[in-house]
Amino acid sequence: MAIIELDNVSKVFPRAHRGATPVSAVEDVTLHVEAGEIAGVIGYSGAGKSTLVRLINALEKTTSGTITVDGTRITGLSERRLQRVRLGIGMIFQQFNLFSSRTVWGNIAYPLQIAGVPKDQHQRRVSELLHFVGLADKAHSYPDQLSGGQKQRVGIARALATSPKVLLADEATSALDPETTQDVLRLLKKVNVELGITTVVITHEMEVVKSIADRVVVMEQGRVVEDGSAFDVFAHPKHPTTKRFVGTLVADVPTGATLEALRANHPGRLVTLAFHDDSLPQSRAFAELASSGVEFELVHGGMEDVQGRSFGNLTLALRGPDDAIDSALGRLRVGLSATEVA
Amino acid sequence: MDRLIELQGLFWQSTLETLYIVGITLAFGGIGGLLIGVALYITRKNGLLANAPVSIALNLLVNFFRPIPFVIFIGAVQPLARLVVGIGIGNKAIIFALSLAAAFGIGRIVEQNLVGVDPGVIEAARAMGASRPRIIVGVLIPEALGPLILGYTFVFVALVDMSAIAGVIGGGGLGNFALVYGYRQFNPAVTWGAVIAIVVIVQVAQFAGNLLARKVLRR
Repeated sequence: MAIIELDNVSKVFPRAHRGATPVSAVEDVTLHVEAGEIAGVIGYSGAGKSTLVRLINALEKTTSGTITVDGTRITGLSERRLQRVRLGIGMIFQQFNLFSSRTVWGNIAYPLQIAGVPKDQHQRRVSELLHFVGLADKAHSYPDQLSGGQKQRVGIARALATSPKVLLADEATSALDPETTQDVLRLLKKVNVELGITTVVITHEMEVVKSIADRVVVMEQGRVVEDGSAFDVFAHPKHPTTKRFVGTLVADVPTGATLEALRANHPGRLVTLAFHDDSLPQSRAFAELASSGVEFELVHGGMEDVQGRSFGNLTLALRGPDDAIDSALGRLRVGLSATEVA
Repeated sequence: MDRLIELQGLFWQSTLETLYIVGITLAFGGIGGLLIGVALYITRKNGLLANAPVSIALNLLVNFFRPIPFVIFIGAVQPLARLVVGIGIGNKAIIFALSLAAAFGIGRIVEQNLVGVDPGVIEAARAMGASRPRIIVGVLIPEALGPLILGYTFVFVALVDMSAIAGVIGGGGLGNFALVYGYRQFNPAVTWGAVIAIVVIVQVAQFAGNLLARKVLRR
């Protein structure tokens, strides 16, 4: 069941000044996020993904189309009604946006205050959340005394305070170093798995999507250009933008400077073999080459794991008589796709 | 010097009067200024209650009152003072005029300090479902509190300065004391007595303001 439903949603920002043109940030987006999934929305800056996520909790008003969150149609609701809806949607930010005037405790208690939770219950809830994010010893610290990763943990605890069903993460790890990024992503995964919270992650880093997303949505110029399971998008990207994103993590058929360097260093014919769980296994492919009298050398590429399934493109330099290579490739092509590098 | 000792009673009374005038003004003008400053801030473009006509009107109003020299302002608002506090002369009338003038000045200072608040935290509060009044009271003002305290300290010092002119409509205070008993009676010692008292008041106020701001900002 879809918990977030965007149907034909567009957002046009009025022109900033006389002579400027109105900016169409989101154009005719239809997107249904299933309850319990982690959807990764990826795109370059200016693709409209930050606007998209702000439409879901109505920080920005839609220009056209309808949005429904957990059965409540939020397009057209009054600000007062929206305030109630937002209690059920947590949000975390790239710059954390913690209240510098409040302690960690005060930050996490604030949404409880807003939600009208009686004061005597704050103690239990805040300490529960602090334990969940692993910051029980920082309750009385101020945000400026915390590291980036700790700040985002507080942000997550604060976003979870009112037990929302949906969590929106706007570039939540973009200000963090790679190691801290993995810590925070693990925590987001834990939030999703242990609390069953549907999560929408906005990012421009494929690594983030690869680590936690079940589903990948690629945006460009306000539109969704590709949408599918994380495995499908990584293993078989279709749109050029998706291919570029996937290419940052997964080696493809080598081209350009990479190819020139490979040619210079490795004599023989270069062939890229695409492996995945259902293809001919690597062991069989390599045995086939060896038994055909073809010498081979692995020169480029690697295997990746996404959602527990593995795939990858391996480029080999093959040496031996041309007819032996051709017949060996012919037999390999029955079980996998092999691309001779031009 | 002998004359200053002779006038000791009057000197202390004037000191208290200055503190009284400035203190009451800071309370009334401070609250008025806070309201004006918040209104200026929230009606700005992309503000919590963005409203171009109201914003333009408020800015015109503030810019209309701010440049009027205070000594002229006192006379100009005298009829209004009679209406509101029932009298056009004396300390009451001065407090009225001073509060009114201060409110517009403080409004600008408050606006400037609120603009310095990270818009991200306002957005975070909105995302949590906080209403606008709650955001203003619970997030906006606490986040700007350190600079606001320094701003109000600055205003306190400015008010001590402005209150010295109170004598023109029969108000008291150290300014009047210095003019009447020092300057006009060719008695520099008395004038300097008042000057030193004012300097002490300003130093103490600035010290207290800095201390409080540092406590709030934790640095």
